[in-house]
Amino acid sequence: MRRIISLLLENEAGALSRVAGLFSARGYNIESLTVAPTEDPSLSRMTIVTHGSDEIIEQITKQLNKLIDVVKLQDLTEGAHIEREMLLIKVRAVDADREELMRLTDIFRGSIIDVTGQTFTIELTGTGEKLDAFIQAVDNELILETVRSGVTGIARGEKCLRV
Amino acid sequence: MGSKGVELTGAEIVVRFLRDEGVKYVFGYPGGAVLHIYDALYKQEEVQHILVRHEQGATHAADGYARATGKPGVALVTSGPGATNAVTGIATAYMDSIPLVVLTGQVPTHLIGNDAFQEVDSVGVTRPCVKHNFLVKDVRDLALILKKAFYIATTGRPGPVVVDIPKDVTAAKAKYVYPKEIQLRSYKPVTKGHIGQIKRAVKLLVQAERPMIYTGGGVILDGAAKPLTELTRLLGFPITNTLMGLGGYPGTDKQFLGMLGMHGTYEANMAMHHCDVLLAVGARFDDRVTGNVEKFCSKAKIIHVDIDPSSISKNVRVDVPIVGRVSDVLGEMIRIIKEKKLKPRREALAAWWRQIEEWRATECLKYQYSDEVIKPQYVLEQLYKVTRGNAFVTSDVGQHQMWAAQFYKFDKPNRWINSGGLGTMGFGLPAAMGVQFGHPRSTVVCVTGEGSIQMCIQELSTCLQYGLPIKIVNLNNRYLGMVRQWQEFFYQGRYAMSYMEALPDFVRLAESYGHVGMRIEKPADVVPALEEAMKLKKRLVFMDFITDQTENVYPMIPAGAGLNEMILV
Repeated sequence: MRRIISLLLENEAGALSRVAGLFSARGYNIESLTVAPTEDPSLSRMTIVTHGSDEIIEQITKQLNKLIDVVKLQDLTEGAHIEREMLLIKVRAVDADREELMRLTDIFRGSIIDVTGQTFTIELTGTGEKLDAFIQAVDNELILETVRSGVTGIARGEKCLRV
Repeated sequence: MGSKGVELTGAEIVVRFLRDEGVKYVFGYPGGAVLHIYDALYKQEEVQHILVRHEQGATHAADGYARATGKPGVALVTSGPGATNAVTGIATAYMDSIPLVVLTGQVPTHLIGNDAFQEVDSVGVTRPCVKHNFLVKDVRDLALILKKAFYIATTGRPGPVVVDIPKDVTAAKAKYVYPKEIQLRSYKPVTKGHIGQIKRAVKLLVQAERPMIYTGGGVILDGAAKPLTELTRLLGFPITNTLMGLGGYPGTDKQFLGMLGMHGTYEANMAMHHCDVLLAVGARFDDRVTGNVEKFCSKAKIIHVDIDPSSISKNVRVDVPIVGRVSDVLGEMIRIIKEKKLKPRREALAAWWRQIEEWRATECLKYQYSDEVIKPQYVLEQLYKVTRGNAFVTSDVGQHQMWAAQFYKFDKPNRWINSGGLGTMGFGLPAAMGVQFGHPRSTVVCVTGEGSIQMCIQELSTCLQYGLPIKIVNLNNRYLGMVRQWQEFFYQGRYAMSYMEALPDFVRLAESYGHVGMRIEKPADVVPALEEAMKLKKRLVFMDFITDQTENVYPMIPAGAGLNEMILV
């Protein structure tokens, strides 16, 4: 099953490689991994998307908790949560395609953030599925480049991951 | 950092800290990046440095010291090759959860990442086999990082911690105050077990009809042999120890069924297979213990007590998990049983014991004694008798290790020192050095083979320098015995590279290192040789026993089989 695990960890050199090393050493899957410092600069927040059986997910969370640099951990998929990912996509935009791409961007509530005579760069935020749908909707021949941020997420309601 | 304290160089801080932390011995080897630290060591006498002959020996010696004393072992090595040579020892300690602090020198901070002379990313190289590691970038952090290192290494599930110290940090100055206490927001090991879970466990135990206790290295590491023995006797249950757990319960006691697992006893493995309630304490359901996990204890409710939550339900699903120090949890169990005057089911237990005695009657460890050729099992049996079971025994890895575990009965913890998890050949001799430093007046025996001993044989020189009277029992069958055994069983006798040709003359080798060498070829000479060696209290004696080439370790559970599918002799 797909899981989203959120971590607070010490913002120290090497903390990221401890997490990444754990996944490769124990043969766990990483679908995506994002990390950045929090409002408290001594802490980083990491979001890992992984998948595995319940037993494997249990081991992943236990092994992550065991890392000295991990301060706190939450499996977001255990409760209601919001997940978002950002896509930047550069497309060839000439003639009639310009109009079509603008319409499509509107439908997906994206925005065009860079324009040249030949190209658009579009920003789109949403779940991974929405981003997939957008990429599907754009004529494959027009796509020049895509970059995705990987998933970040947060629990709904009062539930918080903090020290 | 503050205004208090004395101003010292980083090197002086290292040495002063070790003294303040109560470290008596540092096992190490000098080199460019650690010269300042060696200079600081030279100027004082409180922390004694032991010069090994190879950095692997330093880590194994520190490890042996830790296993035999319960105190953290400390090693000091230089950057680059010093650090990489130490990795095998660090990984050995990691697999067996041994508290070790390894200080590695590093090139000066401004050269890090430049492919400088003797530079290696020590923090990166050791990351997968340490509990934690640090790179010290600022001398002002040094004392606190060292404190964290000792704290992390010795608490919770213990393990090795590496502190990588660049040369310029050892030259720079800072105010030093010994940090007495430390708190880490991200590391708070659990100690007390959940009382509700403990009560559930006790209920299962007293209702059991065919109970079994299975304990591992966690009992030794937590110093919990006493409460374990008390609980086991209180309940009257059969008990088995893992390879790492031997000595956790008296090996000569009636309730002890011997070691379990791949080369465990018939009675221990059968009792595991047929039990209805299993109490697992400080053990991690290793593949050498469980055999095929699908068939493992399939009829049993399993209670698992361990300090490390990630050990629980890792390989085998358990019914009652209890996270906590094993000494604390066992103590609670004893208290509850006594307070509530709980009694196990006497009749069911009597029937269970009758069944166990039947299994025990197969005498699965029996071997054919010979007048002609020395049987390795006989040497270990006699070693046990001659030392009256009182020696500290280290071993290397292979057949001799299994026979030592089977035939030397350990009544006390911390006396059986071997590389169980990683299975590191070359461990035995340097580990014995550490044990001898920890227990200078005790008999320390290294049981080894002609393959293993050659992997760290250079340490014979260290033994001479420090006058370590270790007794080496070399079971010399001219084969890498365990490899040969597997080739006989599973490769139709194609003995690829398992025969040791061109062996040295171990007697003359030992003598050239300034020790006593003996070659023993006849069974009748085994006991006299052992007795003579033990009388040489101040000398290292290398006993080269020429043993039967074809002897195998029995019983044996082939990989992938269940615990009830043993190969007996």
